[in-house]
Amino acid sequence: MNTVTTTSSSAAPAPSPLQAGRLAKARARRRVNAVALTLSMAAMAFGLFWLIWILVETFRLGLGGLTWSVLTEMTPAPQAEVGGLANALFGSLLIVTLATFVGTPVGVLAGIYLAEYGQKTWLGSVTRFINDILLSAPSIVIGLFIYAVVVARFKTYSGWAGVLALALIVIPVVIRTTENMLSLIPNALREAAYALGTPKWRVISSVTLKAARAGVMTGVLLAFARIAGETAPLLFTALSNQFWSANLAGPMANLPVTIFKFAMSPYENWQKLAWAGVFLITLGVLALNIFARVVFRNKH
Amino acid sequence: MAATLPASHYHQDEMPRSDPLGQPPSARRTTPWADTVFSLLAHGAAILTLLLLAGIIVSLVIGAAPAIREYGLSFLWRSEWDPVKDQYGGLVMIYGTLATSAIALLIAVPVSFGIALFLTELSPNWLRRPLGVAIELLAAVPSIVYGMWGLLVFSPVLSEYVQQPLQALFGNTPGLKGLVSGAPVGIGILSAGIILAIMIIPFIAAVMRDVFEVTPAMLKESAYGLGSTTWEVVFKVVLPYTKTGVIGGIMLGLGRALGETMAVTFVIGNANQLNGASLFEAANSITSVLANEFAEASEGLHQASLLYLALVLFFITFVVLAASKLLLAQLKKGEGSRS
Repeated sequence: MNTVTTTSSSAAPAPSPLQAGRLAKARARRRVNAVALTLSMAAMAFGLFWLIWILVETFRLGLGGLTWSVLTEMTPAPQAEVGGLANALFGSLLIVTLATFVGTPVGVLAGIYLAEYGQKTWLGSVTRFINDILLSAPSIVIGLFIYAVVVARFKTYSGWAGVLALALIVIPVVIRTTENMLSLIPNALREAAYALGTPKWRVISSVTLKAARAGVMTGVLLAFARIAGETAPLLFTALSNQFWSANLAGPMANLPVTIFKFAMSPYENWQKLAWAGVFLITLGVLALNIFARVVFRNKH
Repeated sequence: MAATLPASHYHQDEMPRSDPLGQPPSARRTTPWADTVFSLLAHGAAILTLLLLAGIIVSLVIGAAPAIREYGLSFLWRSEWDPVKDQYGGLVMIYGTLATSAIALLIAVPVSFGIALFLTELSPNWLRRPLGVAIELLAAVPSIVYGMWGLLVFSPVLSEYVQQPLQALFGNTPGLKGLVSGAPVGIGILSAGIILAIMIIPFIAAVMRDVFEVTPAMLKESAYGLGSTTWEVVFKVVLPYTKTGVIGGIMLGLGRALGETMAVTFVIGNANQLNGASLFEAANSITSVLANEFAEASEGLHQASLLYLALVLFFITFVVLAASKLLLAQLKKGEGSRS
């Protein structure tokens, strides 16, 4: 109140010192604003810059190393003339697919529990909390866990151990999306089904889960994409294999560990194959992510 | 209605209809156990998740037991790591993990804040969705891609255009000299920190954007109405309102950075040494030493020490992630009570 009266009383043709001070302050505020907004745009450009740089290099070097033999030949010896990633691609596809099939039912059931049985219970909130932590837990620790439980017991690295390690990473992702999608289903739908005398398991399996199908499928796809590039949990479980192997009880070739081995090596032919492998993984994962988004968007 | 429809229409329905005068449909009685079984399965799956966490902790503790018995807590500040002499200490790796994550946060937090600000306040509407998706795709790229790109593409660039000029500039300045000593080959704590920053920017930016969006439009509009600039609205209204959520997002990014394996293993240089505080020196983090040594480690103290390190890592990430989760939940609760 005081300031207003002083301004009006001292209003004069020439700007008073007070007004001049205010103008200067407003200008300074606007300057700060302009600087901050410019920096914000620079940050956005900075983020995109890395994305573009990584993708461009991956595509350039990956396409350079990509030939038919990558898909048809086995992993070569160092400095060999020909060679490919066929066994690694096959092993990865097998392990990742099986892991998705093992992890999804558990994840969906636990998601159902969280959304339909235990929303407000003690067990429900503890599970939700633990699941969120598992979702971001270091994946290498999961690998160590499976090593201790499976590999050390059976005294051999095996494809099954790899499948289990990746399945443990699928579970939290699927739990999270299933729960989120089920909680979006309006209660009226459930109540309508109950009113018809439907038992609870039928309500869940043929009403709510069916309505949330697109979202749950998206979660499964995203989980698949996530484990397709996971390397750390496979290092001490599936290990690697130079040869074609469909035997899940023994060490199995897989793409990420092969890339790791080849990229760290000094041999040029190995590095070239590693780029081709990284290109295939990146392409697959990005395609799956975009596909999942498109599917989900169309359904809603 | 009925007259206009062909009579067969009624029978196209495959569901048997109950006859008001007859028996109720028998289907209901055939599976009285289904409800129980389904509920048990759902409960079982939830409990399995809890057992999973317990199993991880128990198996790590059992595996690490020899090292815990041998060194106790002094393992955390012993810097010697010598498989030949069978002497182990975790200081170098713990330092590597913390230093790389700190560098990553230092870079990623301001950048993520800028991105979130841009996406919520500045971006034109048509650009908002594609840019948001682009940032989310950056989060989906597997970490091995970052690692390989970091080793073969980024580290030569870092060495030539950043490390060498810095060394020429500060190589003789007391105080800064220690930070830039060592071979400027683009591999070490600094490059690992930068790669980690690139990896966690999308996570932090996505959380920040989401929590910024929960700020009630009324609050922002009031501030704008009083003549605030965009920056003032974000810094003095949105940020205080979403403080807990923002910190939760940062913690989430930190949790990721601490536990990241492949991106770090490629570029950190894998040397079990601690020569001063130089950022250019090759080092090791907990995850990189696990990735490199565990498969070859002999059973006994070496393996137990590696598992001890894994336990330390799991403990740190658990605390960070739990704090992040609690902070984010608090924001949600506040949002509920205020609206």
